[in-house]
Amino acid sequence: MKRDEEVAIVGAYEHPARLIPDSSPLQLQAIAAAEALADAGLTGRDVDAIYSALDGGLTSRLALAEYLGVTPATVDTTMVGGASFEFHVAHARSAIRAGKCRVALITYGATNRSAAVRLGTGAAPQYGNDNPAENMEAPWGTTLVANYALVAMRHMHEFGTTPEQLAEISVATRAHALRNPAAVAAMEALRFKERGEITVADVVSSPVIADPLHKLECCMVSDGAGAVVLTSAAVARSTRYRPVWVLGTGEAVGYSTNGGDICATAASRSGPIAFGEAGIRPEEVDIAMIYDSFTITVLTALEGLGFCGRGEGGAYAEGGRLRWDRPGGPALNTDGGGLFSNHPGMRGVFLLVEAVRQLRGQSTAQVPDAKIAVAHGNGGMLGSRHGAGTVLLGVA
Amino acid sequence: MDQATTPQPDLRWHPGLLPDPIDLDTAPFWAAAAQRRLTYQTCDACGAVVFFPRRHCPECLGRALTWHDSAGLGSVYTFSVVRASRDPRFADRVPYCVALIDLDEGFRMMSSVVDTDVNTIAIGQRVQLGWARSGDALLPVFRPEPA
Repeated sequence: MKRDEEVAIVGAYEHPARLIPDSSPLQLQAIAAAEALADAGLTGRDVDAIYSALDGGLTSRLALAEYLGVTPATVDTTMVGGASFEFHVAHARSAIRAGKCRVALITYGATNRSAAVRLGTGAAPQYGNDNPAENMEAPWGTTLVANYALVAMRHMHEFGTTPEQLAEISVATRAHALRNPAAVAAMEALRFKERGEITVADVVSSPVIADPLHKLECCMVSDGAGAVVLTSAAVARSTRYRPVWVLGTGEAVGYSTNGGDICATAASRSGPIAFGEAGIRPEEVDIAMIYDSFTITVLTALEGLGFCGRGEGGAYAEGGRLRWDRPGGPALNTDGGGLFSNHPGMRGVFLLVEAVRQLRGQSTAQVPDAKIAVAHGNGGMLGSRHGAGTVLLGVA
Repeated sequence: MDQATTPQPDLRWHPGLLPDPIDLDTAPFWAAAAQRRLTYQTCDACGAVVFFPRRHCPECLGRALTWHDSAGLGSVYTFSVVRASRDPRFADRVPYCVALIDLDEGFRMMSSVVDTDVNTIAIGQRVQLGWARSGDALLPVFRPEPA
């Protein structure tokens, strides 16, 4: 197997709390930065590149360097929603390879739960109010859930996918959440009514939020913070844990077109690029950290990444195939996912953090001898326009 | 076909989010909508059907485009029924439909299927244009085509 050992993730951190009132997104990023650097055995003085999708315009993005006291040689504020952090890894890898920087810091912090932001069922998020396409969509009251549901409804129509098949994704993810004390505490903190094992029947009998998606197919809205540190092979040799190598990356944007196929999401382009670059086949992947804003996000990504064929995601998810303790498929979202562990609005950084834990042998649903992980972020709105970033990670 | 030949009462929508009438790309669309005309564009150079409205063709980047009136007939490409909304502008409107409609002229637009039981809406269903008043704006919505 081809191994690209040029750039590695050497530090990773996920804030344990899901309710962090009295903290600002900037403060949370400072905490996450310090902890991820400590995890790597590095300090703020080592950082010469920063990556952040911090929302709030030019001032807040420039503010991060000053706030952290970093003098970066490279700054990247790519903001593509929840996939931003996978894009950041791709860009940081390129910059490190090109010799533009040595230690890249990717941070995230958000307090959407404490700020009572209604992400899923509130007004559809606006990714720039100067986008004329959104001016054609705003009047219809499409919530975020409903936007993703447009894809789920079409997938069911075209391929015969069932609510029960989609529910399998929630069931496997809840099983993983129950092994993760941070996820258990998260469901308690966020006052989930039912916090135990769930069945397919539980999922499909939970309230429909936007046809055909049920409540137990929708991610939580939490507070949260996290960070990862990337560096070159030379620096990686002296860090605390074994390096998790970045083997391949892919980026893509998807959008609705006249006569287009809404089920062929951007994952079907970012995935093959990343897998091709890494020289890895989907069946070699042990861990699939796939952005689970909703079950349909995962189902279409499984197809796009090549774990199964187009339209086959429903059958693929059946029978507990995606559980951490079953052979025949990758272990999905072993931390409990955005569904049941951590989703402050843009979960992409936590996909990377849990992938690193698995490849270091530190997960609470540890797959024995996990060697290859994929982190696949999805941001924006699956039914209209979205970004997808795929990162393949591996350990020797 | 002239959609205005059979006047219909305005359909019920809601005083929700209104389009920005001076958005530079889509203003002509909303100006036509105010006259109960559903419009789309084609590219003079390559013939592509262009929607949402723009000043260029996304196929060839040509900047000569021609506006057309749609006959307002199409089918449901996909849809959802919003059953929970915490957006105060829509919360008391649930359940309501959001849909992507494939118009027979070859363009796809987001809209709603109204004037029907939301539980009977189906992908592939034939629909026809109607107009819903929302504040000062007229919004193009769709209702099932009579059998």
